[in-house]
Amino acid sequence: MTIKILGVGCPKCRRLEEKVKAVIDMHSIEASIEKVTDVKDMLKYNIMMTPGLVINEKLKSNGNIPKDEQILQWIREEIN
Amino acid sequence: MTTTSLRRSLFDKQILIPFVLLPVWIVIYFNLEQWVNFLVMGYPQTQLTEAVKFFIYEVPKVLLLLTLIVFGVGIIRTYFSPERTRRLLEKRSLLTGNIMASSLGIVTPFCSCSAVPLFIGFVEAGVPLGVTFSFLIATPMINEVAVVLLFTFFGWQTAILYVATGLTISIVSGYIIGKLKLERFVEKWVYDIKTVKSSAGDDKVTFTDRIESGYTAVKEIVYKVWIYIVVGIGVGAWIHGYVPENFMAGIMGRSAWWSVPLSVLIGIPMYSNAAGIIPVMQALLEKGASLGTALSFMMAVIGLSLPEIIILKKILKMPLILTFIGVVGCGIIIVGYLFNIIF
Repeated sequence: MTIKILGVGCPKCRRLEEKVKAVIDMHSIEASIEKVTDVKDMLKYNIMMTPGLVINEKLKSNGNIPKDEQILQWIREEIN
Repeated sequence: MTTTSLRRSLFDKQILIPFVLLPVWIVIYFNLEQWVNFLVMGYPQTQLTEAVKFFIYEVPKVLLLLTLIVFGVGIIRTYFSPERTRRLLEKRSLLTGNIMASSLGIVTPFCSCSAVPLFIGFVEAGVPLGVTFSFLIATPMINEVAVVLLFTFFGWQTAILYVATGLTISIVSGYIIGKLKLERFVEKWVYDIKTVKSSAGDDKVTFTDRIESGYTAVKEIVYKVWIYIVVGIGVGAWIHGYVPENFMAGIMGRSAWWSVPLSVLIGIPMYSNAAGIIPVMQALLEKGASLGTALSFMMAVIGLSLPEIIILKKILKMPLILTFIGVVGCGIIIVGYLFNIIF
């Protein structure tokens, strides 16, 4: 599974990345985290606010930092 | 929603806490002055007492008001997503579009690190360039932190004046930028990007979610600005107690005609948020600075921020950036002079 964090490196983007990492580690999920910092790549997902969270090429959230349970739920949905 | 889940969500402590805290808030806010007077009673009337009193009264007062307003605005903002704002602004004509964009700029959630994706998202959806600029000018300039601080330190009249002039500047500046037809100074690739329509942002938002957004806003904003407020009020308290009367009259007074443009020039590269600058400004006003000059300085600091300009540089060519700074800067200068003449 690939998880992408879209953002130019604002504090919120870093927090989201840490959160996702923590969730993955905690539940021993195999996934690669990729940071997308180029605006052009970011815009493919049609986001207007950073950070964006993309799991398996599907945009899950943008502009906010979702809760741990929410992130886990999205990952679970993608696994099944 | 079933009855049980409805009942559960109604008794959710997330929702209940605000209702419990509100009365506590009211009691503290309206009795604060009395308590502070009681605290400093018996101390000699020195400059130090004055400064300390100013500090221990203003800091909790501002933080209380800020928490309440940020919480409220956080909830209001859940009704306005950038996606929704964009839909409202698509293919709007100039002027109507500018007025709408500036007003929506106040309530739409925005952070300057998102300026580029937002700009592209707007332009690509057919929002005219000038209308997009109206939005980008209004959002940072008119924000809840600035309004709360202006209200506490300068009174509601000045707070309203600030909002009204900020709106006027963003409407007129966006209109002018639109009329100048500067689309060619936007990087070409911006117009070539093809995005897929996504439904993100259209998720069902429950009432609990909205309340939670209020909490998040308080956590994010108040946590970020409180230190600026404390330092700003500290400096203000010091000026209040120790700087001689009329000290600022020569530098920032009405008679110094050059003070307005100079304030704007100094204000642009400064990136203190409103939180730190407003308490200092109020103290300077007492020492002979004029309201117009102070106001243009604050607007330049808050509205024209260097980091945002650097971010926008990725998608805008120099002539457009300079026009943007020039038009908004002139607007702020005009407002400064106007206030100096009226008040």
